[in-house]
Amino acid sequence: MTKTDLTRRHLLGGAAALGLAGLPGRARAAGALTVGFIYVGPKDDYGYNQAHAVAAKALKAMPGLEVIEEERVPETNAVEKTMESMINLDGAGLLFPTSFGYFNPFVVAEAKKYPKVQFRHCGGLWTDKDPKNAGSYFGYIAQGQYLNGIVAGHTTRSKKIGFVAAKPIPQVLNNVNAFLLGAQSVDPAITCQVIFTGEWSLAVKEAEATNALIDGGADVITCHVDSPKVTVETAARRGAFVCGYHVDQSPLAPQKYLTGAEWDWLPIYKGFVADVQAGRSPPNFLRGGLADGFVKMSPYGPAVSDGARRNADAVKAEMLKGGYEIIKGPLNDNTGKEVLAAGKGLPEKAVELESTNYLVAGVRGAV
Amino acid sequence: MSQDLGLWTVPLAVLGGAIRVSTPFLFVSLGETITERAGRINLGLEGTLVFGAMAAYATAVVTGSPWAGVAVAGLAGAGFGLLHGAICSLARVNDVAVGIALMLFGSGLAFFLGKPFIQPSAPPLPAIPFGFWSDLPQVQAALRVNVLFLVGAVLSVALWWAFRNTKAGLVIRVAGDSAEAARAMGYDVTKVRVLATMAGGFLAGIGGAYLSLYYPGSWNEGISSGQGLMAVALVIFARWNPLACFGAALLFGGAGALGPALQSVGVSSGYYLFYAAPYVLTLALLVATSSPDRALAGAPGELGLSR
Repeated sequence: MTKTDLTRRHLLGGAAALGLAGLPGRARAAGALTVGFIYVGPKDDYGYNQAHAVAAKALKAMPGLEVIEEERVPETNAVEKTMESMINLDGAGLLFPTSFGYFNPFVVAEAKKYPKVQFRHCGGLWTDKDPKNAGSYFGYIAQGQYLNGIVAGHTTRSKKIGFVAAKPIPQVLNNVNAFLLGAQSVDPAITCQVIFTGEWSLAVKEAEATNALIDGGADVITCHVDSPKVTVETAARRGAFVCGYHVDQSPLAPQKYLTGAEWDWLPIYKGFVADVQAGRSPPNFLRGGLADGFVKMSPYGPAVSDGARRNADAVKAEMLKGGYEIIKGPLNDNTGKEVLAAGKGLPEKAVELESTNYLVAGVRGAV
Repeated sequence: MSQDLGLWTVPLAVLGGAIRVSTPFLFVSLGETITERAGRINLGLEGTLVFGAMAAYATAVVTGSPWAGVAVAGLAGAGFGLLHGAICSLARVNDVAVGIALMLFGSGLAFFLGKPFIQPSAPPLPAIPFGFWSDLPQVQAALRVNVLFLVGAVLSVALWWAFRNTKAGLVIRVAGDSAEAARAMGYDVTKVRVLATMAGGFLAGIGGAYLSLYYPGSWNEGISSGQGLMAVALVIFARWNPLACFGAALLFGGAGALGPALQSVGVSSGYYLFYAAPYVLTLALLVATSSPDRALAGAPGELGLSR
């Protein structure tokens, strides 16, 4: 840290203090840790960003901690500027850039530039070659989509279920695969149509995709987009059932909402903060699923049958023991190529799941 | 619940999409046609659209009446139109620059004021089930037509007629084609333009109400995805003709539905290209209808882009 940097920071900090003169609450306690959250969209989007923001809000209540947030930061070098201002102007010591596209090259570059700041990115694939003060964390929410699929499999009449997906990246493909495999565990004849919208948040296209799925005969819909609000409301208005994603969307469709796969980021963030406060380096590569408390399920809606509840609860109990294999051989992809031979399986922490580039047999759609 | 229609899903989805998606395009482009016919360009209608969506949703949440939401959205839009019109009436002010500023201002204000309304659900606008004769749920869904779409359709015919046959239409056109001629005839050009910009903003606000209260029918910050800007471009594409605006809006709505519909019947490779269909279509049509001899046919003479 050079002297000019300090001077500039103090100048700007002084200017800010002038504007807020007499507000002692803004003063930073000595030794307090400042944690920065960066979101790609609005932090109350009924979806991905909200799931993080809820955890950030809970962190604010912890002593010795200041939480700063910036929303609607695009996946461009804008996020580098945001990170630099959080580090230089706010003195952040721990950063959580939460969107997939932030990691490479932006987080990696900033981590090299500021070796004393800890960066933990959501969803990226950190490897040994990346800076040691960076890292990644993610939850295996595909387990939640598998349970969604079980409930969907019990509920569907047309034996067709639908998935509104944003982009064909590994985490999205895992969710599509898990949703169908869960449904097929109930009835192997079930197929799943997937429609990619190409962007994380495109309200009109998501509504059109939902309509197209239902026109094609699907009667249970789920999605992987940043804000499932549009999909859930559109599907419910068309009379289809929905499984939620990211957070609990049941208030949007009380009768049609079956269940949902939700994040619980708070335990992860609490762990990271505790490590940094204790002077330890937090883990560089952290993954977990239902068993680790990173993922949870929405309460069942009124349309879920008793059989579906029993079946889903039994599988959930298995998953809570850890090591549950959703992707299990013999398994082919939907082009007929073998994904896994008989006898092999990928438990939730298998690193192969982070490079999924296939849709399993029974999914109608292409990567 | 529904039978498999196979490839028939695609034309049906395009028809349904044309009806569902086109309304905001239609209202914004009709509004912009009025404004541009009077000689001003208001690029800020994207901001007006987003603000209208927020105002309508918030009003519907608070009052429980979606029609109150439509009214408030229209009035808010007229307010933005008045602001644009008034600022542009000052000497040496560029209407394009003011429009861009108002686009950012409108969206920003809508995001700021709209924060508390992302979570609650608002009552949607009613739709008329014109597909009642069919047993197919797909047909019934495609032909659920919102009242605002019908209003827009009637309005485009009415505006087309009014520009040709009424005094008000003629005054707007004179102000847009030659300010000096209008002054010579004794009309206050500034007043005509401010009123035309207000009318344009009013319609754009109602287009926003359709977005948040009917389709997709919720308020979030990504609700418009640039539809307001597209609609302004549609006006040039439609050659300032309200009837052509209706056709262009339908075309863009239908083309937007093509990508998801094709994926749903198994045409899944290259969906990014299908999503670009509306834009490719615009380029192709503009090239096909362009002329080496004259500038844009039908362009009002006082517009920044034809001077």
